[in-house]
Parts: sequence; structure tokens; C-alpha cells
Amino acid sequence: MLDGTKPLVRVDDLKMHFPIFKGVLRRRVGEVKAVDGVSFEIYEGETLGLVGESGCGKSTVGRALLRLYDITDGHIEIDGSDISTLSGEALRDMRPRMQMIFQDPQASLNPRMTVGSIIAEPLDEHTNLTRKEKREKVAKLMDAVGLARRFADRYPHEFSGGQRQRIGIARALALNPKFIVCDEPIAALDVSIQAQVVNLLEDLQQEFGLTYLFISHDLSMVRHLATRVAVMYLGKIAELAPRDALYADPKHPYTQALLSAVPHPDPAGDRQHERIILKGDVPSPANPPKGCNFCTRCPKVMEICRSETPEWREVDAGRFVACHLYN
Amino acid sequence: MLNYTIRRLIFAIPTLLFISFIIFIILDMAPNDPTGNLPLTIPPEVRQKIRESLGLDAPMYIRYLLWCNQFFINEPLNMLHQWFGWCIGDCEGRLRVESWITRSPVVDSIVERMPQTLWVVGMSYVVSILVAVPIGVISAYKQYSWFDQAGTLVSMIGFAVPTFFTGLVLQIVFSTMIPSDHWAWLPSKYNTLHEVTDWQSFVYQMRQMAMPVTVLALYNMAQLSRFMRASMLDNLSQDYVRTARAKGLRERTVVLVHVLRNSLIPVVTVIALGVPTIFGGAIITEQIFGVNGLGALLIIGIQGADIPLVQTLTFIFAVLIVLFNLIADILYGLLDPRIRYE
Repeated sequence: MLDGTKPLVRVDDLKMHFPIFKGVLRRRVGEVKAVDGVSFEIYEGETLGLVGESGCGKSTVGRALLRLYDITDGHIEIDGSDISTLSGEALRDMRPRMQMIFQDPQASLNPRMTVGSIIAEPLDEHTNLTRKEKREKVAKLMDAVGLARRFADRYPHEFSGGQRQRIGIARALALNPKFIVCDEPIAALDVSIQAQVVNLLEDLQQEFGLTYLFISHDLSMVRHLATRVAVMYLGKIAELAPRDALYADPKHPYTQALLSAVPHPDPAGDRQHERIILKGDVPSPANPPKGCNFCTRCPKVMEICRSETPEWREVDAGRFVACHLYN
Repeated sequence: MLNYTIRRLIFAIPTLLFISFIIFIILDMAPNDPTGNLPLTIPPEVRQKIRESLGLDAPMYIRYLLWCNQFFINEPLNMLHQWFGWCIGDCEGRLRVESWITRSPVVDSIVERMPQTLWVVGMSYVVSILVAVPIGVISAYKQYSWFDQAGTLVSMIGFAVPTFFTGLVLQIVFSTMIPSDHWAWLPSKYNTLHEVTDWQSFVYQMRQMAMPVTVLALYNMAQLSRFMRASMLDNLSQDYVRTARAKGLRERTVVLVHVLRNSLIPVVTVIALGVPTIFGGAIITEQIFGVNGLGALLIIGIQGADIPLVQTLTFIFAVLIVLFNLIADILYGLLDPRIRYE
């Protein structure tokens, strides 16, 4: 389906483990395997939706991808350069190509900086524009995201949630990035504002040819926005498929359960499809179960699931699943 | 902001009058006697005469009103006369608030002792700020590192060990164990009469200030650096710091511009609130090192039941505390755009 376009982002066996320190001497007693071996590619100009329940490691994938963390293992390649082990200045030079839109538009803006200086700061740091050019660029960015230019001298707390998210988007766009990680950009907004922001993101994608990794737990929003969708469970990707195929015919039992939980717009239709209700809790990522991560809650669990980790394989054109059912 | 300041200043007037009244009542109820330190051979009738001459036979509220008259009207007029030469009313024969012990005007002895206190206690405050801020920043940035652990240890010591102990330890080490011709030797007593005229005398001034300043700074620094550290930690975990890193800013810019500036807001107000304590002097430390500043003056006044002196000093402290509370609030409003005063 996406033949001919080349991957902009290539992630290979990404692992992000956070150490746990305990006791008087703060000895390292283990690690939270927030992301445990994730591989995928994002093609230029597409939107990859990343869904999963809270705590499954979606946000960690997004942050690790932009090297806001020092990753434990694996490779990340963005726009042809391997950034998995870069640090300091070399990493800083890569920043203009990749940006992030954060979940909480209130907390992610420095409360003591005006909107104008928040948007202009990346320009100060990475370009040699004159003061006047910068002001012009900031004004253009504010136009692009639908903020009045005269707001440039105000502080973030003077805006509503939706407006703040627009500031965050303008800031992310300032350096003309190719790739943007949207880390639940609409989760903290009202439903009416969510639609506005999502439409804005779509318009900007068209206008600037952006590539998105759209992290969300809102399955309907991902269905609306994404080209392909990856489903995460407990630090691993369970299934990755083109959007329509995934929503029409989910392969992995977890995806099936997740999609069955989406409310149907027509209550009559809602009664027809059966909800799969998962039992039990998500295991701790510090101590994941042996074998398949989903084996403790899977309705279709088999003997092999409890002993062997399922392989990540392509079962159909462009459809990847990690499940023993498809061996 | 201006309206707010003016309103607060107007509210400060009844507050201060009330405080002065409370101080007066407390001093009046205290079981001490201005003639208590006089020789026992003085007969009771004479003591009574002395008390009457001090005005102690009048009822409490009369004495309070007289003090108010002296302090709020006569003393300011006298200051105008002394400092600017402006003469309003009877300049020469005006009654002053006089100390019962020294028989000299209280305000004059306060002005005399102010420089020593400001030099020693004020300098210790400046030193503690200059040391505490970097320590707090580094400890927070490298949380749980050996530097942070060492900083915590020093802070705990600074908190826990009283100044009369650290003062004596320093005196033993630097004034007695080190021979007086050694370059590291420091004088154990502060010479108030010492005048700075050339480089030599300046160096001596620094040497005699070194120990009292260190003792006082250690305590203050412990407090401030912990506060700075907590405030930095608070801000380092904020989302906007991640945004700053994602922007591709240098780590130095992230920490010193984004985090430090935001963390300084509460610290600056704490520093402002602490300024009145400088004027209050450091009673114990001034005693140990013989710095005859305001703290020493207050102690003498309390011991001798010198009500005019104690009343005036405590009231000046009260004014400073009210004033710096206001300054701290205004600073907060200036530094944090989220706070607006109407």
C-alpha cells in the first residue's frame, strides 16, 4: 500500500529500561521494562497511530524516539542518520529535524516566558536570523496555528487549554521539522477543542509535509487520523497494520478486546457486537510474565504462550502481529 | 501593583500600632525593675524616687501614649534636624527617647551600632546566599551524587550545631591552636574601633570578620541551600524542562535559564523575608566575638530592664518585618507572571 515511499523513521528492537533503586544504599534491584524490544518504521508523510492503555509504554516510545532518554538498547534512525547513541552537541544538531507536541499544554510551557519568546527560543538556538526576521517567523507560525499575532506578549496562563496546545504546536513547528511525535496532544482537551486541534494537525501535515507519530488512547481519533496503527501492550507492540485492515479485522486477541470496547455510535448496532472483557490487571512492567506478555489475560491463551515469547512476524502484506495463533 | 502596595502600606499602620502596644504591655508585665541592678545599699524610698523620676508611677496607658508621642513625633523631627538641618518647633530642647541605663538617646546608640551589625551579619547573609545557591543547584541537578550527599551532611551540621558551639570551635582552632604570627591566625575578638584606612587595615578588617561571618553564614547557608535544592528538584521534573530539551537547547541553558529562574522565585522571597534578621543582629554570635552590634545592645537592654531601649529596638524590628513581608510579596508578583495583585 505504501510502496514507493521510503521510511523516514526506522526503529529496531528499541528497549528502554528504567532502573529501580531500593534500600538504604539505593542498590539497583531491578528495572521497569517500559519499552522492551519494539521495531517499526514510519514512512514519509504518513501518520502512525500508537495506541494502548495507560502505562503500556506509548509515551516512553515517543520520548525515547526523540532521544529525550538515553535508550537501553536498539537502534533509531531518523532521516537517514542513526541517533541511538548520539549525545551532546551532535544530538542537539539533530533536534531541528524532530520535534514533539506534549500531552499537558499547561505544564509543558515555561510559565515565566511569553508566548513569543517560547516560540522564538528554538530559533535563537538553531538559526542566525535577525531579530526582525525572528519576529516575522513567530508571527507566521502563530498565523499557521490560528493564534492572533497580538498574543505574542502574553504568558501561557492567560490562555485556554486549546490555545496553549496551539502554542505548543507552533513551538514544535518553529524549526521546520520533518518528523513530529504527538504525545497524546488532545488528551487534556475538551471534546469540542479536540476536533479543532486534530484538524489543525491534519492541515499542517498537508501544508508542511509532516510525518507524525500520533500517540493516543483514543481509538476513534486514531482511526480518523492515522494511516497505520500500532497497538502496544506492556512495553511491546502486539500488532501493527494499515488502519482500515486493523479496524475491520483485528488479528491479535488484545487488539480484538481493545476494539470491542469502543462505543458504537448506534446503540442498536452496539448490542450486536460482543464485548470482550479482559479479566485481571496488567502485570507490572518490572516483572512481566514469562512467554507472551499478554498470556495472563488473553482469552485465547495456549500452552505455548506461557513459555515462549511470540515472534514479531508479517502475517499478511503490511500486517505485523506478535501472537502464537498465527504461526 | 502600585495600588496594592499603597493599600498594604496603609494597612501596615494599624498593624504596627497594635504591635507596638503589645510589645509595651509585655514589657510592662515583665517582672523586672530598672533599679534592680543598683547597689543594695540604696534605701527603698530612694528607689521609689528613682522610679518616679523615670515616669514609672504614671498609669500604663499614659506611659504608652507618651512613648508614642516621643517615638512617632519627636524622634522623626529630631532626625530631620540632625540629618538635613531642618528645624521644626523647639529643636534644641526637644525631649528624646532616652535609655535608662546610659541616659543617652536610644536612637543615637542604635545608629552607632548599626554599622558593626550590618558589616558582620549582613556580610554573613550575602556570603550564605552566594554559597547556598550554587550548592542547591548542583545538589538538585546531581541528586543523590556524592556532592549532594556531602551537601546534605554539611546542611544537617549547619542546622543542628548551635552558633555558640561553632563559634567556640573556630576560636579554639584559629585563634589559639594556630600561632599568632601564622598567616591563617584570626583574632578572636572583633575590634569595633578598628578603622579601614589602607590595604593593611582592610586585610585586618577581613580577618576579624572572617570567623563571625563564617559562623553565621553556616547556619543560614544550611537553610537556604536546602530550600534552593527543593525548589530546583520541583522544577527539574516539570514538563516544560522536557520541552526545553526537545527544543534542542544546551543543557546549560535548560538548567540556568529555564529551571534556575523558575526555582529562584520562592528562594528570593525567602531571602527577602530573612533580611530583617540581619538588623536584629545575631545576639549570641555578637556576644562570642565581641561585636557590639544591635544584638549585643538588645541583650544589655533586657538585662537592665531598659524599657525604652528594648521597646524601640523591638519596634524597629517589627517595622522591618512588616516592610520586608510586603517587599517579598511584591517581588513574587514581579517575578511570577501568574501572580497578579489588584
